This record gives sequence, C-alpha cells and structure tokens, in this order.
Amino acid sequence: MGEFNTTNDVISLQAVSKRYGNETVVRDVNFSVQAGECVVLVGHNGAGKTTLMKLMLGLTRPSAGTVEVLGGNPTRSAAVAQHKTLGYLPESVAFYDAMTGSEVLSFYARLKGVPGIDCENLLQLVGLSDASKRRVGTYSKGMRQRLGLAQAMLGDPQLLFLDEPTTGLDPSLRQHFYELIDALHKEGATSVISSHALNEVEARANRFIIMKAGAIVASGTLDELYQQAALPVRLRISVTPGEASSVADRLGSEVTIGKVNLDDVNNQSLNLSCFNGEKMPLIRRITDLGDVVRDMQIMPPRLDEVYNHFMNGDPS
Amino acid sequence: MKMLWSLALKELRDGLRNRWIAAAIIVLGTLALALSLLGSAPTGSVRASGLDIIVISLASLSVYLIPLIALMLSFDALVGEFERGTMMLLLTYPITRWQVIMGKFLGHVMILFIAILAGYGGAILIMIMLTDGSTEGWQAYALMMASSLVLGAVFIALGYLVSVLVKERATAAGTAIGLWLIFVVLYDLLLFGALLVDENQVIGQQLFSMLMLVNPTDTYRILNLSLYEGVSHAAGIAGIANEAGLSGTLLLSVMLLWVIAPLTVTLLVFQRREL
Repeated sequence: MGEFNTTNDVISLQAVSKRYGNETVVRDVNFSVQAGECVVLVGHNGAGKTTLMKLMLGLTRPSAGTVEVLGGNPTRSAAVAQHKTLGYLPESVAFYDAMTGSEVLSFYARLKGVPGIDCENLLQLVGLSDASKRRVGTYSKGMRQRLGLAQAMLGDPQLLFLDEPTTGLDPSLRQHFYELIDALHKEGATSVISSHALNEVEARANRFIIMKAGAIVASGTLDELYQQAALPVRLRISVTPGEASSVADRLGSEVTIGKVNLDDVNNQSLNLSCFNGEKMPLIRRITDLGDVVRDMQIMPPRLDEVYNHFMNGDPS
Repeated sequence: MKMLWSLALKELRDGLRNRWIAAAIIVLGTLALALSLLGSAPTGSVRASGLDIIVISLASLSVYLIPLIALMLSFDALVGEFERGTMMLLLTYPITRWQVIMGKFLGHVMILFIAILAGYGGAILIMIMLTDGSTEGWQAYALMMASSLVLGAVFIALGYLVSVLVKERATAAGTAIGLWLIFVVLYDLLLFGALLVDENQVIGQQLFSMLMLVNPTDTYRILNLSLYEGVSHAAGIAGIANEAGLSGTLLLSVMLLWVIAPLTVTLLVFQRREL
C-alpha cells in the first residue's frame, strides 16, 4: 500500500516502545493506518495489543517513539475534542453496574454530544432490547460485550478501536457484528481491531499486523501473509484400490518436487505436499498418470496454520 | 460544560438510586431533631434564643458526621473507576480529565447539599412547628447549614485526593477513615493535651488561632460557635474569634482553600496518570 501518501494516514506509529518498570510490553513498533482501512492486530494475550490501543487512544504515553492519531499526539489536550468521532470497545468492558442498559447508553450518548440519538434502536441492533431495562450488573459477559459495541457505535464514529470485540459473542452475532463494521466502513470509517486468533470472520479485514511479545513479526494483506509464510500446499489423491504404493513409487522416483506420503489405510490414497510455485508442475505429473488417479483435492494452508507459523516460527 | 453537567447528574442519580441521599437525610435529620429537642429542654423558659442553642449542639455533631459522610461519598470516586475499568472508557469520550473531577465534585456536593438542606432544614422546620414558632437566631442556623456544606466539600476534595493516590479501593477506604480520625479526633485531642501541658507558656493566642486554621474542622467549629453573639455566649467561648482576629470571611476563605488545594493536587496527579 506504499502508493498512498502520508497525508492519508489516520494513525501513524514510529519506533514506538512502551515499558512498565523493567518490562517492555511494546518494542519498536512501526505502522500506519490509512483512512477507510480495517486493520487487525493479531497476537496472543500479552502480545501488546491492548497497550498499543491505549497508546493510540492517548490513555498512556509511549516510552520512546511517536504516536500520531488524526494528525496529532493523542495525549495532547486538543485530542479530547476529536473523541467525538471515536469509538472504543475495551477488552472485557466494564460499566456502572447499578444502571440499566439503556441508562448506560444514554449516559454515554450525552457525553458524546449526541443526546438525541435513538438508543433503543441501537440496543435492538445488538440484540439487547429485552434487557434494556435491566441493571447492567445482571448482564452476562456476552451482553456486556454487546452493550460495549453499542456504545462504541454511538454517533457514527470515524475511527473505531475494538479490543477483542468478538469474544463472548455467539457465531451469528459475530457475523452480525462484522456486518455492522462493514456498514460503518462503507461510510468511510477506519477501524483497528485486535484479536487473539486469525479466524475466518476476521479475514474480512484489509490488513493484518501479527504481534509477538510486543513486537511486530509480520504484517500485510492475507495474500501477502500467505506468501511470507510460504507454507506448503497439500494435495490428496485417490487412486484405484491397491495402486497407491505403486503410484507413490512412480511419483517419488520421477518427481523430484514436493513430498509424497503414503496414506496406507487401504492403499488407495496419497498425501502430497509442495510449495506454492511447484504446485502446477506436480499437478501435471499427477494428471499424466492417467486413469489410475480417480480424484484429487488441493488444500491451501489454513489461516490458523499461517498464524501459527508466525507465532511459533515453525512451518506446521 | 455540558459534559461536566452530565457527569454531575449521573453522580446525583447514583446517590438517589443507591439510597445514599435518603440515608444521609435520615441520619442528619433524626440527629438534628433529637439534639434540638434535647437541647431546648435545659434552657427551658430562660432561653435567650431558640435556634442559637441548637446551633451549638448541631455544629459539634456536624464536625463528626459531615466529614464522615463526605469521605464515604468520595473515597471510591476515582480508584473505584480505575479498578473496575470504567475510567478508561470514560476518558475515550470527549471529556477532559479536569471535567471528570469537577463533574464528580459537583455531583457529590449536590448530594450533600440535598442531604443537609432536607435533614437539617427539615429538622428545624419541625422544631419551629413543635415550639412557639419563633425563628429567632435563624441566621446562625443558616450559617451552620452553609458552612456544613463547605466542610463537606473539604472532605469530598480530600477523599478524591486519597482516591487518586492509592492503588486499591480497600486502601482508599482505610486511608479515608485514617484522615477522618486525624482531622476530627486526634488533632483536637493532641491540641487539647498540648494546651494542658503548656499552661499558656508557648502556645499563645496567635499560635492557637493558627492551629485552629490548620484544621478545617476546627475552623468550622470556630466559625459557627463564635461568629454570632448569641451562640458564642451560650457556648461559653464569647469573642474568642474576635480576640484572635479571625473574621468570618477569613474563616470561610480558609475552608474554601481546603477545598481548592486537595482538588488541585488531585487534578495534577490525575493528569499525569497513565491508564
């Protein structure tokens, strides 16, 4: 995305580090987020995602480096006015337990300067209409999370920070949640989302930043991450019963690319793997074998394998 | 300003919801009524002025009660929000840190205002109705109510200071009780002891007035017991404030300083605080 010029940056971090005492929780982080992008920070718990969010929100100051959000240091006093256009969902969000769901939401709406907003509609959108008159103290974790989403969406924010937004949400709500985010993106919103795993739903994002122990270990679009990880493609072929070992022999001796593993359950299927660039020649070899090959499945590396590759440093 | 007001209203609603205001009204009202009924008995027919007498006993009671109520309201205000994590979210809204402090302060002062107005005001109205309907000495009573609010504000501010400095709610609660003991009980005990031992040798009038100004609860006491002649005569401390050169304005200014100083330090600490 180098063709974008820097004036488009909504967020820019340069050589940012953060230490608490002797512990370095963020080390030498550089990245920028352009207007309209949806960037996902991925990493285990303790990888520094939450601290990065707090740095971008101006809740805490970097020990080294510079953080710029919406054209300035987020800890400066003028940044407070920009909070009108900002939505934040903290990790394991907490509310004032004695208030009801709709009281909480209208309190935040007044603070955000949008007191006239239709809170009931927003509560319905996150599936909390039935519980809106109940004390937040009685809410389950998932319900708190949904209330957290509702408050983050108050006043059509232009910049969203969502810290592990889908934990505690059931799959259908997860889907629904990303639809809400998509709708905001269509109106030009920018978002930074953190996640502890790369799962299929989060794959809707434009770009991923994978973090480990406070540092960025990889970043890019999904395709770029696949390329960087260079994980092998797996092929599984079914052959005429009893022919598997002979096919394996023929492929193994004639084909110098990839790896051949015999799946010897009933001598009729084989697992092969090769790197992405070697895939087509291998497929040609297989089709050259003729009628003995009955079926072929091509399995690209899964998202979690890519993630594990970067997290563990070993190709699975 | 709107944000500040929203926050103040939230605190006020919290006070109504958790029956804080109701409890404070009942405590202040009942004790005020009991003391004024008891207080009027010995004076009987020779009473110079009804309400003046009540001020003496009520001011002595307020010195203990108002700081306690104020500290209970305020010790949790910041550390509680840090601990639960609600402060983090609050600060991502378009609200500055000084607005957070001032909004809470305004809300808590309103709670105390309602409690004092309804508790002490209600008690005195009942008292007037029960007796001959004389309202003589109402100025002293009004001053007592107003200065009680200022005394409350002092301890709300001190409670915030505790709340912003400590790491845990439990520590804040303990420290608040400690503050109460020091300001309300220990200081006077030590001062009294020192005066007894000293026998007027080192602690002269000047130093004594200074020592009264150092502790806001003593400032409150002096203000209420010596400003109105009727009260000070009955209290047996006629004119000590005048002799010491302590005018009502000075006493009240000192108390206001005790509000502003802890609030300012609280704000400075809060501004530097990382969440």
